[in-house]
Amino acid sequence: MQSLSNRKKVLEQKPMNFWERIYLPAIFQGLSITIKHFFKRIPTVRYPEVKRPYSKNFRGQHSLKRDEQGRERCTACGLCALSCPAEAISMISAERQKGEEHLYREEKYAAVYEINMLRCIFCGLCEEACPKEAIYLDGEHVTADYLRKDFIYGKDKLVEPRFDFVKEGETTT
Amino acid sequence: MELAFVIEKFVLVTIVFVISLVVAMYSTLAERKVAGFMQDRFGPDRAGPFGILQPLCDGGKFFFKEEIIPAGAHKPLFILGPTIAIITACIGSAVIPWGQSLTIGDRIIELQVTDINVGVLYIFGVVALGVYGIMLGGWASNNKFSLMGAVRAASQSISYELAMGLSLIALLMVTQSLSLREIVAQQSGFVNWNIWVQPLGFLIFLVCAFAECNRVPFDLPECETELIGGYNVEYSSMKLGLYMFSEYINMFVSSALMSALYFGGYNFPFMYDLGLSQNWITIIGVIVFFVKIFAFIFFFMWIRWTLPRFRYDQLMNLGWKMLIPLAIANIVLTGVITIIKDTFF
Repeated sequence: MQSLSNRKKVLEQKPMNFWERIYLPAIFQGLSITIKHFFKRIPTVRYPEVKRPYSKNFRGQHSLKRDEQGRERCTACGLCALSCPAEAISMISAERQKGEEHLYREEKYAAVYEINMLRCIFCGLCEEACPKEAIYLDGEHVTADYLRKDFIYGKDKLVEPRFDFVKEGETTT
Repeated sequence: MELAFVIEKFVLVTIVFVISLVVAMYSTLAERKVAGFMQDRFGPDRAGPFGILQPLCDGGKFFFKEEIIPAGAHKPLFILGPTIAIITACIGSAVIPWGQSLTIGDRIIELQVTDINVGVLYIFGVVALGVYGIMLGGWASNNKFSLMGAVRAASQSISYELAMGLSLIALLMVTQSLSLREIVAQQSGFVNWNIWVQPLGFLIFLVCAFAECNRVPFDLPECETELIGGYNVEYSSMKLGLYMFSEYINMFVSSALMSALYFGGYNFPFMYDLGLSQNWITIIGVIVFFVKIFAFIFFFMWIRWTLPRFRYDQLMNLGWKMLIPLAIANIVLTGVITIIKDTFF
């Protein structure tokens, strides 16, 4: 059949000639290839001592962000859960009470926010959907565990720790 | 005098034994290292610096593994198999001349366990015995795969011993002696090495040595893909360890044999022109000999990580249809050249 792509190569099986039949030239060729590799630079990264940095757009564990004053940004709108193709996110919203203004930025917040890490495919769509810039997949690996229930990460694991932020009333330099 | 002789030989035997065990031990590490480097990785480097404790860990592990003797196995032969393999591997090194003589006080110590005048034949006999270890082990395990491996080992070593013997006959026609000490002594300097007069014979011997050691590309008795491990499928614990060990000792001994027969053994270029005393020549000679041996061992590994395994019919074709006719042609050629040389020069 005629080749349409013009890239077809017809493989010819000729009987071996004398040099091919005595094996030796081919063996020396092979030996020279392996010895070249023997002196090549080895690309191995010795892991526990040397750690390779993650790429900039690596998507790891989610974190729920806080704003400049340390308040949770999430307003429990549910867009992340809606956009999630794996349906890994679920939440229960609650209304912000008086006196909780320093904890939650909006009037509504997520009282429970759970991501099932076994379902999550780390596609980053929740990150894109979020109108409040509240969720980012900027963490490390999600590590292995023994029980399925331990893979459902709640707010205790997801929300950014508070101590990174300047206290209220203090001014940043 | 008699006691001193016994002590001398005893010490020598012990040293040779220990050296061949240590070399075999570290060959396992070297093999994995060489494999690693040839495949662009490091190989084992976690146990100690550069992984030098790895063989100890492996050995220790072997000792602590559970020892299983299958219910259907022939128990005495099952135990005898690895025993024969390791013993024949170890006694082969007895006739190899490790160096010239050392003079300590008024005693002259020959660095060779024993110089029997049929040294080459002795080595041949021992190598031929080696296959019994594999055969007994393979048969006694009462397993199809191991029996298949044993059968392959037997036919392979018979086929290749022929070509090996024939290639050696040509060498012996040149050296006119069967004593290894004599053969090595004849090759003093560099131009007298037997490789220059017997290049074809060396090539045949080399190929056959690979086959005799069951090394890749002739490792049909233990090919993993077809026989899931070959003759040693049923072996576990230190018995398996002994089999592997004997393979590496065989490799060491045949490397030593090849460098003694064809590459001048302990001889090195300009050995008598440097004005060194006899003891120094001997010591450097021993070092040179070991460098040659290690070069051969490296070559064994280099080949292993380069070539794929032969198919069984290819192996037999190569042995019977190529190597044996070549070896016979080599004998004829050597004879003709010797006669021409004797008559006209």
